Amino acid sequence: METAVFAVCAVIALLGGLGVVLSRNPVHAALSLVATLFAIAVLFLNLGAQLLAAVQVIVYTGAIVVLILFVMMLLGVDTDDDLDTEPLVGQRLLAVVFGVAFLGILLAVILIGGEDAVTGARSVTQAIAVDGYENINQLGRQLFTNYVFVLEVTAGLLTIAVVGAVVLSRRPRDLEPIPEPESLIEQGDDPLTAVGEEDAH
Amino acid sequence: MDGNLELAYLSLSAILFVIGGVGLLVRRNPLVMIMCVELMLNAVNLSFVTFGKMLDDISGQVIVFFVLVVAAAEVVVGLALIVAYTRRRPDANADDIRLLRG
Repeated sequence: METAVFAVCAVIALLGGLGVVLSRNPVHAALSLVATLFAIAVLFLNLGAQLLAAVQVIVYTGAIVVLILFVMMLLGVDTDDDLDTEPLVGQRLLAVVFGVAFLGILLAVILIGGEDAVTGARSVTQAIAVDGYENINQLGRQLFTNYVFVLEVTAGLLTIAVVGAVVLSRRPRDLEPIPEPESLIEQGDDPLTAVGEEDAH
Repeated sequence: MDGNLELAYLSLSAILFVIGGVGLLVRRNPLVMIMCVELMLNAVNLSFVTFGKMLDDISGQVIVFFVLVVAAAEVVVGLALIVAYTRRRPDANADDIRLLRG
């Protein structure tokens, strides 16, 4: 049963992930991301992390993706991206080569090492409760005992993020476009083509 | 649960992480780039929970909690940056943001 659930959710997660990367329209990418996040939430349930599954659905799909979609609509950038032109020649090829190499290394470690790849003492903090009903209880107890200082720092981080967001998105009085610096104008409109970059130094 | 299924979870997590990483390198739309970062963070979360299960330790799930909080903070600040920049220069993509270029 667990294997069947894993197989279905893994397929959905992978298709959603590919959809995020390959969709021309950012809205479609966001919806693919929702599919992936839901599949991962079900996988959390499959792994016995009930609270995290709920938090995943509420925080990620309920807040973060909606926030991204909201900004998309606010700015009106939901037009199709131009995926045919490649601003940096060979960038995609290099990215795919890098991705395949990195994936090869990761899978080699996981599949060759097997279960020996995961080392360390077992149940150092606290063993996971067997029946699963204790999941929220355990997480809460850990958060407010062993990890209480981390929790406090997290509160500070959230405060900083909120203040930073307000400061950054405040509408400035003089709303003028940012002028191009002189040093960049002479390099032409096309970014990163580096006209005469060696001469400039 | 048998060990092979846990290894399958780790492999799925690795694949999702690489998909997100390649997307981050390839795509030019800053919003899609943020989504790719979310994908990578979720892949890491999945492997944290799996490691917690393999080592029978609740800490794997506690760490995911903190990753969630950091991800939320990162999205808030990142979207604020995008809003601030797009107001001044509509249709800006990641290649146009080069004011800090040396």
